[in-house]
Amino acid sequence: MSDTTRSAPPARKIVSGRAPSPPSRRQALRGAIGVLGGVGAAALAGCDRLSHNEGFVDALKSAESLSRGVHHAIANRRAMAQEFTEADVAAHFKANGTQMPRDADYQALLKNDFADWRLEIGGLVERPAAFTLAELRAMPPRTQITRHDCVEGWSSIGKWTGVPLAHVLGLVQPKPSAKFVLLRCADSMDDPAEGDSRYYESVDLDDAFHAQTLLAYELNGKPLPVANGAPLRARIERQLGYKHAKYVMRIELIERFDTIRGGQGGYWEDNGYEWYAGI
Amino acid sequence: MAPAPSPAAGRRIYRHRLPVRVMHWINVVCLTILLMSGLQIFNAHPALYWGQGSSFDTPWLAIGAEPHGDGSVGVVRIAGHAIPADGVLGVSDTGGERVERAFPSWATIPGAQWLAMGRTWHFFFAWLFVINGVCYVLYAIFSGHLRRDLLPTRDELRRIGSSIRDHLLLRHPSGDAAKRYNVLQSLTYLTVIFVLLPLLVIAGMGMSPWLDSVVTGWVGWLGGRQSARSLHFIAAFGLVLFVLVHVFEVLISGAWNQIRSMITGWYRLPAGGARPPSEKGNRT
Repeated sequence: MSDTTRSAPPARKIVSGRAPSPPSRRQALRGAIGVLGGVGAAALAGCDRLSHNEGFVDALKSAESLSRGVHHAIANRRAMAQEFTEADVAAHFKANGTQMPRDADYQALLKNDFADWRLEIGGLVERPAAFTLAELRAMPPRTQITRHDCVEGWSSIGKWTGVPLAHVLGLVQPKPSAKFVLLRCADSMDDPAEGDSRYYESVDLDDAFHAQTLLAYELNGKPLPVANGAPLRARIERQLGYKHAKYVMRIELIERFDTIRGGQGGYWEDNGYEWYAGI
Repeated sequence: MAPAPSPAAGRRIYRHRLPVRVMHWINVVCLTILLMSGLQIFNAHPALYWGQGSSFDTPWLAIGAEPHGDGSVGVVRIAGHAIPADGVLGVSDTGGERVERAFPSWATIPGAQWLAMGRTWHFFFAWLFVINGVCYVLYAIFSGHLRRDLLPTRDELRRIGSSIRDHLLLRHPSGDAAKRYNVLQSLTYLTVIFVLLPLLVIAGMGMSPWLDSVVTGWVGWLGGRQSARSLHFIAAFGLVLFVLVHVFEVLISGAWNQIRSMITGWYRLPAGGARPPSEKGNRT
């Protein structure tokens, strides 16, 4: 039996002449490394091209609804995010994104310590309303110590006090056609002269009525600092930080969000991030 | 015709069945993309911590750019100790320009700093990887692959010492002995399949704020969410280490024969008997 696949003798240093068939181990190795290098470089360039291919990215994004479906199946809509103790609260809760809205209307409200600020609630509701900060503070509060998980990867634990969104929604009574809660915010993310770039977010009614979903006006027992969203921010505890809209000005009950701004349901969603931010 | 050192040497055997081969190559694609898109995600906050929250001043691992002269240099800090890594980690070349980023553009998907797209790739291939992995484990159990090929016999476990010696001396089994995974090989595969990869997946799930609510406090069993992120990273590099050794072993034990067997299934049993490799060349 001929044995051509046997390894070359150790003494053979230079392979010269015609390549035996099948190729020697060393040649195969050298060839493989060359091929792999070429394939690798081509694959990298290919991945970058695919990242700009709408159809391909849409296919990749199909995983989002799979994640959401499976997550909702294994943690029901009332399941609670972990709550912590005072000892776990971070000495300094990290502020991210906008830390001082540049918008003139917000600056005017801030100068007056939000005495003129109103939370407007409208859209698909039976009784549209507007609440002052004092009125929101007079509603039954909830305090919770929770972990804030940023899409960038870091986490910070803080103590939040606010009124459950469910309570406020109970006052305005969503119509049966309402499917989402839209949060419109004061802060422009880009130059306001170049068009509407104010932050916004949306959540479904399961999240909106969740016991830990708050309109928070206090952080760690003190009025919410401007950097963290004064006078009012959302807490959507089972989703990433960008869902927790800061500087909330207006709440709308809506049936669909594909007609609003970029059509993806939020400022970051319009910039490629997932609407379902539970992952 | 050369006298065969063992009747089996040179004979071709059907070593890897089709499902194993297909799932192996799906794994190669998934894990490559998961690693590179994972490094893209890591770059968005290139620091790791232990516990639930981030102690921003005291990460146990941080990759970044630190001021140096007029510019900056790339530095890896492990428990505060600086390790220079300029050119690859912290600061690297992108399109001819020095750019401050933890992992370089040739190691991330996509190449540019683009967290949202990195996440889009990562979660799609995470699902493909998990589905493939579940199929593999079910196949391994019900086809007998696990019992027949992966679980070492008591006899093999007893001779683990000589297997370790053979590996260190880069000796490889031949003839009949090459039909089976050797004991270190099967123990390594079992560890990767049933410890490392599940840890990787569970630590990944530990970072999901929604999955946090499945069982209250379960992320604490991993040490907290930031510990989960650290474990996910460590397990990923444990897997990189496994792949490096795996590919090295393939390359030195008859690369083409090994790669072909994972493509066509057919493997030629190497000749050489039990004699040390130094005698190999004399028996042509």
